[in-house]
Parts: sequence; structure tokens; C-alpha cells
Amino acid sequence: MSLTVLTACIYAESELEMKFEKDLLGLKNLNEEQILYVIDTARKMKMLIDSPNKKSPQLQGKTIITLFYENSTRTRMSFELATKYMSGNAANISASGSSVAKGETLIDTGKTLDMMGTDIIVMRHPCSGAADLLAKNVRASVINAGDGMNEHPTQALLDFYTILEHKGHIRDLKIAIVGDIKHSRVARSNVYGLTRLGAKVFLCAPKTLIPPDMEKTGAIITTNLKEALDGAEVVMGLRIQKERQNSGLLSSVREYHKFFGLNEQSLKMADKDAYIMHPGPVNRGVELASNVMDGPLSLINEQVKNGVAIRMALLYILTRRSI
Amino acid sequence: MRLLIKNGTLINAEGLTEMKRDILIADEMIMQIKENITDEYDMMIDATGCHVLPGLIDAHCHLREPGFEYKEDIESGTLSALHGGFTSIACMPNTNPVIDNEALINYIYDRSKQINRTKVYPIAAVSINQEGKMLTEMGFLKLAGAIAFSDDGKPVESSSFMKKALLYADTFDGLIISHCEDKSLCEDGVMNEGYMSTVLGLSGIPKVAEELMVYRDVRLAEYTGTKIHIAHISTRESVDIIRQAKNRGVKVTAETCPHYFTLTEESCDHFNTLAKVNPPLRTSDDVIAIIEGLKDGTIDIIATDHAPHHNDEKNVEFSYASNGLIGFETAFCLSYTYLVKPGHLTMSQLVSLMSFKPARILSLDAGEINEGKQADLTIVDVNERKTIDITKFKSKSSNSPYHGFEVYGEIKNVIIDGKVVL
Repeated sequence: MSLTVLTACIYAESELEMKFEKDLLGLKNLNEEQILYVIDTARKMKMLIDSPNKKSPQLQGKTIITLFYENSTRTRMSFELATKYMSGNAANISASGSSVAKGETLIDTGKTLDMMGTDIIVMRHPCSGAADLLAKNVRASVINAGDGMNEHPTQALLDFYTILEHKGHIRDLKIAIVGDIKHSRVARSNVYGLTRLGAKVFLCAPKTLIPPDMEKTGAIITTNLKEALDGAEVVMGLRIQKERQNSGLLSSVREYHKFFGLNEQSLKMADKDAYIMHPGPVNRGVELASNVMDGPLSLINEQVKNGVAIRMALLYILTRRSI
Repeated sequence: MRLLIKNGTLINAEGLTEMKRDILIADEMIMQIKENITDEYDMMIDATGCHVLPGLIDAHCHLREPGFEYKEDIESGTLSALHGGFTSIACMPNTNPVIDNEALINYIYDRSKQINRTKVYPIAAVSINQEGKMLTEMGFLKLAGAIAFSDDGKPVESSSFMKKALLYADTFDGLIISHCEDKSLCEDGVMNEGYMSTVLGLSGIPKVAEELMVYRDVRLAEYTGTKIHIAHISTRESVDIIRQAKNRGVKVTAETCPHYFTLTEESCDHFNTLAKVNPPLRTSDDVIAIIEGLKDGTIDIIATDHAPHHNDEKNVEFSYASNGLIGFETAFCLSYTYLVKPGHLTMSQLVSLMSFKPARILSLDAGEINEGKQADLTIVDVNERKTIDITKFKSKSSNSPYHGFEVYGEIKNVIIDGKVVL
């Protein structure tokens, strides 16, 4: 399909056939049809990323601001590039060097951005629920790019997209997520979405890194890496922050890698074709061995690329929903 | 000045109770209680269809003065208390500066006498500046009128300091009110630890953080042979620890608050900061246990823990929001609706929890309607259903999670020292 045809076919649907809320705050309240619709749209968007002239008109006249209270490389950059590939106006603010540093409240910052004609605010924030708070107080759509330990929906959506691309389906897949579940918004969003899409999700970590009652989400919890990996078709590693050692949640990174590390040895327990995923950034040699990360079954780079497509899809969907 | 209250149903915690009686008040005292008083009077209140209770007494509230007058002050706080049916309240010392000296005790008394509404009894700090390091001058403070001692809000961490505080306070027959919380277990927790905190991605405060300290303080009181009052208990195990201690004869009394028997952690859903309080709202199983504790007398009193906060302190990220909710104007109607209406308690038991027992614990000569007693009375009408409207509150703040709740229990009149003040 040529780019003009692609543009035309996306552009023709000025009315979305799927209903979306004003904001994308999390996967807790996104149903299966909505999830698949986003992925379907992303699939079309990916063609643009692969084309020699990465420019389409779908966000012309739309302003997307990324408001980041925490550091980020890939999430922030992928939102900005997604905006630019689709001819939108991208602007960014970080907490340092803005009025946030002067003590402005989140709501006041949000309202200020709102008044400047912003269509979408993409926010990352260290507090769970910050995106909900912002969304309630601004007219613009809010996309949650990670709030505290709560949700990181765009990461989970790009993970689902990547799994679908490689496995063709999600229902009944055994997916193991290994790492710091307790502090991970990626784990939570993945669990909500993957269980809704019918996957068997295993979560594996030392008990200090598993939040209470996590099994009520529908995931299976284990501290035994063998049980988690046994027959797993997708294995997702999560970042182990070295600070966790200081707070007594881990004794040493060395011990973690011995019992929970994903390496050639431990991955023998998984399905022989098991794909390896990680939301990044990776601590090489801690949660994931370098040779596995760079190996043939690693989808980590593919995830990054799909991240741009998913974000293009979401920006498109949320700017179209009111037309 | 003779005030006659006619045709009301008189409710006491003990003795004469749930009877239709007229009450004649002369000056500040209750002069006569009997059927159909026909004596002369200057003023008459027709209490037909209403209940006449001894004035409600709150053993735990925050009036925020001095230092945080933008949240509440003694003026607005006592007006709010009055509209909630309270004739006496005991305010916590976590003001700025902390109430840890006689001058501030005198200040609170002076201010409240000037305002002349609900009676205010200051609780002094256990430690200087609530730092848990040096004991306050409890003897002097008691003489100045400190009604009890508490480092509420900043729990005493050191067990050895708590032991000394209990012994030292006991020297002056002083009461320690303990806010039980093991801070090291709470870490950066902002709500009850459990399924809700997991799915909201919020750090949890485990129940055991409260229970360990309840156990510690009860055992310290038992070991030292002193009395202790445990503030705002919220979990099943806390109730059990106190029940067992009472059975052993420990001089322990305990309180809970309406939010611990009317709400659960579910109220925090959608990051509702109005439901952020410390101790945090727990689970429905804890609510059941709290109600059992109220029924069997393990829990002695219901206090409000009225904790006003400015809207700006609640309309922020959940983790940054202040802890606490206001309670004066909802305490009676919630307690009636959730405890008496469903048949858990009788009106008389509720009067015990909200007036008679608080008076006994704070050593106030109040909490009963009898001839010769001070005339502090609250007249309530529990027949009409009403909707809680936080915009109508008299408090300076409106941080309440109860907006829109349908309840029974309207405060009709409040009489303090024989004067009809509401």
C-alpha cells in the first residue's frame, strides 16, 4: 500500500467506529475491543514509520505537550516523534526548569497548558493517580505515560502489539513477567490487559517485590522461577532498581540474578521459542543477561519501534474522538 | 431563667432512660425531671417526637488554633461542634506551636470562654514539641487544665519513652491518649495495605503497624499498672487486643471514629483524597469487628478525630494530600444511621459512647441527665431522612467523604449550662 493510499484510508474514517473516553489513564478500564482497535490502528501507522518520507497530515493543527515529572528517554521521544511524523505541534516541559520547580501545583500547571490550546497532554509523574487528577481538571485529553506505581498503559499496549505481531494471538499464551512487580506500573498495566485478552500471566519475584493480594488481579504469583518459566512463550523482564538494595527489599543484585535473573541457563526452562521482552532501560547482567538481550529471540528493539506506532495510534484516536 | 423542655424522650446511658419526661432547667442546672411539669418557665422547647440526650462529648478533635487558622480556628471549630450536637470537646495539641506549656493551655481556655459556645478542653502534648524526647511538665499542665496528654499525629516511637510517660502522667493522675502507629512499618504508605493499594499503585500502611503499637501500649500500661486510652482504632486485631486486655483487668479504654464503621478502603478508589486518613480506612471485615467492639463495650467511645484541611491540601496528588476528615457535623447522624438504625446498638448505648463514657474517661462531671447536674443537653430528631451536604457545614473546611450520604439524625437544639445556644 502506498503512503498516499494509507493516508487516505486512515483519513477517510473521520468518525471512529469505536468509542473512547477523553483520556487514556490506564488499562483497568479499557475493554478488549478498544485494546484491539488501538493495536489495529498502530499496525497502519507502522507503515508510515517504515516509509522513506515519515510525514502524514493526521495531526495537522493539533498540539501535543509532553509534561514529564520523571526522566524518560523512549517514552517521551516516541510521543514527540509520533506527533511530528503526523504533522502535529509537539512541545515539551520537564519538571526542572519550569514553574513546577517553583512549586506550582499539578492542577495549575495543567490548566495553564490547557489555556494555550493544547489538544493532548502526555504526562509522566511519580505519584499514582496524578494522571486521573490532571484529567479531571483539564479540557485537553490526557495520556498517562506512567504514574507512580499505578499504570503505564501505552507501554502495555505496545507490548501486546509486539506479542501479537510475533505470536499471532494472546489468548491462552503463557506469559511470564519477572522482576520488581511491586513498584512496577508496567507490570500492573500488562496484567490488567493480558488477563483481559485471555493470556495466562505468571508473575515472579522475591516476596518483598510482590504487592499484597496481587493474585486477585487474575495473575498467578510465584517465587519459583522454574514454575514461572516452565513452558512460557513470552518472558518479560522488569528493571531491578539498584536502590531496592538499600531499602531492604533485596540483599544483593548478585543473589537476585542467581535466583531470578533471565539468562541462557534459566531460559532453558521456558519454551524453546520463547520471546524475550523488556520495557527498558535494561540493567544488563542484573535482570537480563546481555547475550539474551542481544539474542535472536529478543523483541526489545521491536518494542521500541512499536512504541512509536502505538503512540501515533493513540494520538490519532484521541484527537478524532470528538469530531 | 427557667427553661422547660416538654414532651421529649429522655435518653441516658444508665439509670433513667428512654422515658417520656419533661425537664426543668433553672439557671445552669437541671432542677426537675418528671412527667408533665406544669411549673412556671421563661422559655419552653417543645421536644415532641425528639430525643433529649446528655450533650455530646468529643474526646478527640483538631481545632488547628494556633497556627493553622486557615483550616479551622476555635471560633469556627466550636460552631461546627455545636451544630454537630457537641457540648464539650477535647482538642489535640498538634498545633503550631504545639500545646506543650501552660501558657497555651490558658490561651485555649481564654479563647473558648470568649467565644462561649461548645466547651473546649485542651489536651497537652506528652513530649516537648511532640518530638518524643523530653516529657512535658505534666503536673503544671494538669493544674492549668490539660485534660489529657497525647502526641497524636506524631506517635511516640520509643517504647522506653512511652513507659516513662505513662508512669510520669500517672503521678498526677494524668491520662495518656495514644495514637498507635509503628512508623517504620508504614514507610511511605498512604492507604490501607491490601488489594486496593495494589491496584491503585499506592504504598500501603499495613494493619499490623497499628496493632503492634496497640499491643505495645496496652502491655506497657499493664506492666506499669497505669491507665491508657487508645485513640481511633481501626482493625479487627486492635479490637481483639483491647478486649483481651480488658479481660485481664488492664486499665485501658479505647475509641473509634465514625469513618471506621461506615467506610472501607474502597472509598479511596479513583484516588479520592477525601478518604485519605490516618489510620487508613480498612476492610469490611474490620468494620464488622469495630461494630462488634462497640456492641460488647470493648470500644468505650466514639470520637470524631475532626481534622480540618484546606481544599488546596486535598485537591492534589493522593500521595501529597493531607490525612484526615472533618467529623463534628456528621458524627451523630452517621453513628445513629449505621449503629442504632440497623439495630446494632440502642439509643442508650449510643449515648454512652458519645457522652457518658467520654465524660468518665476525661473526668468531666457531665454525660448524664439527672437532677442537680449541669444542664448540657442535645435534642435530636431521628425521624426525618436528610442528605449530607458538605457545602452547608459550619466548619471552615469541607474535607468530608460523606457528601450526598442519606442519613437520619438532625440536631434540633443544644443547651449548654442551661442556655439554648442552638
